[in-house]
Amino acid sequence: MAKSESELTWKDLEIGCIVTEPGSARQYETGAWRSQRPTYDFSKCIKCGICQLYCPEGCVEQNEDGVFEANMFYCKGCGICAKECWTRVITMVEEEEK
Amino acid sequence: MEKYAVYVPRLIKRKEKFAPGHRACIGCGEALAVRLAFKALDNNIVVANATGCMEIVASQIPYTTWHVPWIHTLFENTAAVASGIEAGYKAMKRKGVQVPDNVKVIAMAGDGGTSDIGLQALSGALERGHDFVYLCFDNEAYMNTGVQRSSATPYGAVTTTSPAGKNSIGQFSWKKNMPEIAAAHNIPYVATACHSYPFDLMDKVAKAASIPGPAYVHILSVCPTGWRSPTDTVVKLGRLAVETGIFPLYEVENGQYKMSIELPKLKPVKDYLKQQGRFRHLSDDIIAKIQERVEIEYQKLVEKAENGSKRAKRKSKTGAAKIST
Amino acid sequence: MTTRVGIEVSIALADAVKMANADVIAAYPITPQTHIVEHLAELVANGELDAEYIPVESEHSAMSACVGSASVGARTFTATAGQGLELMHEVLYIPSAMRLPIVMAVANRALSSPLSVWGDHSDMMAVRDTGWIQIVVENGQQAMDNILCAFRIAEDKRVLLPVMVHLDGFNLTHVVEPIVFPEQSDVDKFLPAYNYPLPLNPDRPVAMGDFAPPVIFTEAKWAQEVVLRDSKDIILECWNEFGKTFGRQYFPVERYHSDGAKVLLLTVGSFGETAMVAIDKMRAEGNDVGQIRLRLWRPFPFEELRQAVKDADILIVLDRAISFGGPGGVVASEVKAALYNLDKKPRIVSYVAGLGGRDITVAAFEAIIKNGIEIARTGSENEYEIYGVRG
Repeated sequence: MAKSESELTWKDLEIGCIVTEPGSARQYETGAWRSQRPTYDFSKCIKCGICQLYCPEGCVEQNEDGVFEANMFYCKGCGICAKECWTRVITMVEEEEK
Repeated sequence: MEKYAVYVPRLIKRKEKFAPGHRACIGCGEALAVRLAFKALDNNIVVANATGCMEIVASQIPYTTWHVPWIHTLFENTAAVASGIEAGYKAMKRKGVQVPDNVKVIAMAGDGGTSDIGLQALSGALERGHDFVYLCFDNEAYMNTGVQRSSATPYGAVTTTSPAGKNSIGQFSWKKNMPEIAAAHNIPYVATACHSYPFDLMDKVAKAASIPGPAYVHILSVCPTGWRSPTDTVVKLGRLAVETGIFPLYEVENGQYKMSIELPKLKPVKDYLKQQGRFRHLSDDIIAKIQERVEIEYQKLVEKAENGSKRAKRKSKTGAAKIST
Repeated sequence: MTTRVGIEVSIALADAVKMANADVIAAYPITPQTHIVEHLAELVANGELDAEYIPVESEHSAMSACVGSASVGARTFTATAGQGLELMHEVLYIPSAMRLPIVMAVANRALSSPLSVWGDHSDMMAVRDTGWIQIVVENGQQAMDNILCAFRIAEDKRVLLPVMVHLDGFNLTHVVEPIVFPEQSDVDKFLPAYNYPLPLNPDRPVAMGDFAPPVIFTEAKWAQEVVLRDSKDIILECWNEFGKTFGRQYFPVERYHSDGAKVLLLTVGSFGETAMVAIDKMRAEGNDVGQIRLRLWRPFPFEELRQAVKDADILIVLDRAISFGGPGGVVASEVKAALYNLDKKPRIVSYVAGLGGRDITVAAFEAIIKNGIEIARTGSENEYEIYGVRG
């Protein structure tokens, strides 16, 4: 979708306002809502992927090293991953502290 | 060590059908449950979504969170829309129109859209025997409109329309037993699930989709916003709901009940209730009343499962006898 | 070769749906629509129509199932009446906004309370603003013909809107009339198989029914309004084509001795045929009266109406429903609005009659026209007149 909502004219809309681009909501940065962020001590990571399993956003990805990390563009900072991590890799910190 | 600790990425599909960028609240158990449920399904599906949290957070013109065909129309009619989709595909296929084979229709709604306003349409669709899966994502109140009570809100819970006060303990009625209502339609498959048991949830959804005819899966989805609980305890609370017997996990396959998890001893309901703001006001008397009710209901279910397995054994014995003669 | 048969209108209408080769019918029984869906269920049961018949548990679900069916590209039909149309009301806005070409026959019926299974136009008026194309028929032939036209109009890629065909409950649905059946081969040519452009299909996922924030809602509604307004040209094109193929042509405003007549009666629905008898009689007696009949209710035929009444001094409008506490006749009120800004326009007298199955006889039409002329000349304190109420 090239135009934003506020630029769309009535002629730009598909019939019945049908949305034809699957998953286009990926453009929306939910990470901006965050007040806490996960920080990682990857030395403890056993690469089990439990954090990925329980993430409501589906934003935890496995990087080249095989460890799992939340995509900060989407991560809302709920802290579920930190709570569920078996080996306590993840610590939630206030967003301001960085 | 539990099954999921083995290595998650190998066990589940990587691709998200319910993509990031959705606008669910922080720590939304329902978004987690939806995400997991759709990992259990393949791409050959059409989704009919009732109005509610999951509809609102996943859609806003000109965006969508979904990677599969998806339709939302109204609040109370999702099972009927699903009926039409199923019938449309069936007729076109039979008449030689070019459409994909074996498309499974998935209907999804919240607890209000299922056990209150959508119950009639759901009952009709189950009774008519359409080939579809109905997923109820139960967060135990009308969360999308600001936490009002539904018939799925548990006894004693505070919501904005069941406030606690001098003359009120909060929700005045016991949670409507929606899975049993679905099972009473004698459909091939009914199950309960929770996002805190992801593999059990995915197995059940996959099974529901693999069985021809109507299937109903009732999925408890923790809502930190409405339950007034910390966002990071979502998975833990779901586990406690199951371990206390408040939300038992079971299946009803062709009328046969089967408990999904053996719980030799139920945890006290207090462990679950005390972690949520919506139950904070409850006196020990009320908690004891809830404890009693939970145990009775849980026992009923266990007996159904035991009777079912006895029946199955008897049946197989008579079957064996026949063969030997 | 066409065949002319004496047949109940409901049965002929259902046969038209069969000839249109509908894929899905979702319906709930309600008098006086029942004969239509009973016959369709029978056609499906006998294998004469290859379709899915969904016996839903309510009209709300009937229209919802139709929405589902149409969203995957299946040719979809339903029928209802009165309370059923009202129970559907919420769902009616969905296919028009989502551009799903469902065809529905409405056996017009009064609305409770008191309960009345008999005909009037209260149900039709209550769904005026749902965004559907709405065609009104006056006899069985028109019903059959316009069901075929409705599918063609609805499915036209320039339209893609749902269409209602209104026919009066009992007065039309339950009468036996001589009806000319078209040849199936002609119907197949007139109404080819269609492909919905963006169906729900796993091969090409789309999302239907996203919500609209304020920044886009007006654009969504305007797109819907423009397509409904513009559909009139395609409706005319369709009726024209139908006329060429089958020899019967339809117009948005049908005229009967209206050219040059100083007094006109406007009717909607089957009573227009009774009114014609009254018009004939009065003309034979030397009265300068004519009649116009509204065929197309939505999109409203502004130009055709203005053209049809341009020579008239008096226009009497007959409604079969009351807009309570308001202008009385809904059609009259719309006609007034359509003509108000014209320099030369007739005086308009609004009459309400024929509620809840009450007959309007030839004599009654004569009285309505005569009294209407008198009221137009002398004026009245009433917003509208009601005919035949006792006491």
